[in-house]
Amino acid sequence: MATRLPEAASVTFSHPDPMVPHLYRVLRTRWDTGDTFSLELTPEQSADIPQFEAGQFNMVYIYGVGEIPISISGDPARRDTLIHTTRAVGTVTRVMSKLKVDDLLGVRGPFGSAWPVETGRGKDMIIVAGGIGLAPLRPAMYRILAHREDYGRVVLLYGARTPADVLYRKELEQWRSQFDLDVFVTVDRATGNWRGSVGLVTQLIGRAPFDPMNAMAMVCGPEVMMRFTTMELKKRGISGDHIYVSLERNMKCAIGLCGHCQVGSLFVCKDGPVFRHSRVEPLLTKWEI
Amino acid sequence: MKTLESIVAQHPFFNGLAQPYLTLITGCASNVVIKPGELLFREGEEATQFFTIRTGILKLGVLVPGQGEIVFQTIHEGEIVGWSWMFPPYRWHFTGRAATELRVLAFDARCLLQKCEADSGFGYEFMKRFSRIMMERIQATRLQLIDMYQTRG
Amino acid sequence: MTRASTEKSRSQQVIERRDFQLLLDALMAKGYRLIGPRARDGALVYDEIAAVADLPVGLTDEQERGTYRLKAGDPERLFGCGLGPHSWKKYLYPPELRLWQAQRQNGNMTIVPEPHAPERLALIGMRACEIQALAVLDKVLLGGAYVDRAYQAQREQVLVVAVNCGRAGKTCFCASMNSGPRASTGFDLALTEVLERDRHYFVVESGSKVGADVLSAVPTSPALEADLQKANAIIEQTAGQMGRSLDTHRLQEMLYASTESPVWDEVAARCLTCGNCTLVCPTCFCTTVEDYTDLTGETGSRVRRWDSCFTMDFSYIVGGHVRASARARYRQWMMHKLATWKDQFGTSGCVGCGRCITWCPVGIDITEEAQTIRAQNEAKQDTGTRRKKTS
Repeated sequence: MATRLPEAASVTFSHPDPMVPHLYRVLRTRWDTGDTFSLELTPEQSADIPQFEAGQFNMVYIYGVGEIPISISGDPARRDTLIHTTRAVGTVTRVMSKLKVDDLLGVRGPFGSAWPVETGRGKDMIIVAGGIGLAPLRPAMYRILAHREDYGRVVLLYGARTPADVLYRKELEQWRSQFDLDVFVTVDRATGNWRGSVGLVTQLIGRAPFDPMNAMAMVCGPEVMMRFTTMELKKRGISGDHIYVSLERNMKCAIGLCGHCQVGSLFVCKDGPVFRHSRVEPLLTKWEI
Repeated sequence: MKTLESIVAQHPFFNGLAQPYLTLITGCASNVVIKPGELLFREGEEATQFFTIRTGILKLGVLVPGQGEIVFQTIHEGEIVGWSWMFPPYRWHFTGRAATELRVLAFDARCLLQKCEADSGFGYEFMKRFSRIMMERIQATRLQLIDMYQTRG
Repeated sequence: MTRASTEKSRSQQVIERRDFQLLLDALMAKGYRLIGPRARDGALVYDEIAAVADLPVGLTDEQERGTYRLKAGDPERLFGCGLGPHSWKKYLYPPELRLWQAQRQNGNMTIVPEPHAPERLALIGMRACEIQALAVLDKVLLGGAYVDRAYQAQREQVLVVAVNCGRAGKTCFCASMNSGPRASTGFDLALTEVLERDRHYFVVESGSKVGADVLSAVPTSPALEADLQKANAIIEQTAGQMGRSLDTHRLQEMLYASTESPVWDEVAARCLTCGNCTLVCPTCFCTTVEDYTDLTGETGSRVRRWDSCFTMDFSYIVGGHVRASARARYRQWMMHKLATWKDQFGTSGCVGCGRCITWCPVGIDITEEAQTIRAQNEAKQDTGTRRKKTS
């Protein structure tokens, strides 16, 4: 027997194989924008979905097509359905967007690190989202709102390409109508009817109402957007230790063994996808790292 | 009662401007109120003014045949708008329309330029503030240009 | 002679050449399938063996950057060859492994995980650097929150018969990586081949109860002091013969400081991104996962395959490839091997086996590239010091 293994080396494992998907059925497909849709799923072999934390993701498998990582965009407090929001841009997502009610698919997860919503208690919370980046942040917003009294000011800054691309519109309008929440939405360009801001989401940071000395920021969107957003947040006085970003890389196994998701010495699937900005900043400015 | 000079001094753009320069610039200023939907300036018209936004939102856009008015920037309270008055042909390049009730300070361009020429110290202070805003606008515009939310699938 | 070495000599035995087959027989009697070195297609490969005649008897090799040749050596020697393009990882971490199958019929789907089928394998002829490579892989595949289940199952069924190298190749640098040439741990039995004009024998050390057990079924005699001295001398000589060296002092730090160095552009001009280095490397562990369906569409399966960070697809995300240039991909491989691996797993990813140097079609040498990085870093520091002195 090889001498290297620890004593308790038996071949039975205490938890199910993380490489084997669990079956889920499609409850509903909701189109949020022209190319973005949300799937509501229900587990086939259990009553509840596994407990997940805001910021985590699943590997979603479509029979005969393939598997991709998608952030969970539902409320962590709700265990009956699983919600994933994604853009229909690749082979797998295009097929996914055409699934019908009762179609089966496979889900592995949840994987990855979470938005540090707990450690933000007592602070002003600034959520900055760009495009589809609002999807992985929505669960964090739900968590904060569920314990609203534990936080200071709560500000959501959201940037989309055009008014037609604004995600979760009804929910945003509902949040905006709350007195204890500040919601600012901007688009890159607009036609006639849009009465909101037009311009880059970074331009909303300068006048956002929060105290940089006691704030936590959570940022998600295209990497370019996250780089410039953190720059503006730092200009306002929030340190890189209090800014969190969510990174995305090619993933195959999601359990830190296939090597695809590495950024420097970090594995996005297990050290991330949520990272403290000061930890990843030197990597984000290196080209093709 | 608020004097015009104190209103000018309140605007973030003039933050830190020395008193004599504040008085100088107030000489070019007037208070303007625009109703929602009304034009502040129109593309192609002679550019004779520079504006600081006191309250309200201004939509900055361009008319595209077949698509109507495309807005690419909204200017908000505490910000400034207008630089076509600085250089020939002194004509507005874009259209500014009030999204809400708009209170602005309008500065007469000829008056401003004369004062900048006459007192280079004042001119430098003004241009310093101005170019910083322009830099920030261009940086933001460049990022808008790369269309980062739209990925090539 | 110290007390420790007397005790050690008690656990060391000698097997005469004429009895070597009995060692193989004893292993087979215990139910092990034997895997060992064989000569095939002009190279040394690892494959099933059963008899001494299956070993590359009388052969040796010549290796340099981008060069590999088998040639005739001492006619009687059993383990005269160095490493070939195969590493042992293919038996523990197969190039292709089915993970599960999915059946779809009438709107229903079932997923059936593939059962693990580990085999009792005796790996004969493992070199010290390769033992180190397994230790490195153990940390990667068994040390994290999620364990590679197939690897763990197979790892427990493996018996290691190590061989201490009798010569070092031109691309070897195990001494620099503290991974050889002496096998000091991680084996069940370790052999040192001693070939003299009138005697041919193996000094054998047990590394475990299992090893001692196997040995008890083989005719042996206690190793004499002279035998041990001969064996030690052979290993010492090998240690002094290393064809290459890698200065690891502060290497990780220097690599981190050199991400924008022109060295990467120079290598990129030569590198074909063929991925040979990742294929032959005993510690590379990157894999991909592929989903298939059969022609009827009723059965799907997921297969895990070896992958290489040199492929374009490796870093693809919607929007493009993160590492599109050859420069970025070579840099990723070398920095992972020698720098980021340490932060991830606590060890270097390199064991100094030299395969990547031998099997690179354009002869890129990882030790040479590391030396260039070091020279650049030191030049930069020198300028800095000079500047300080004049201010």
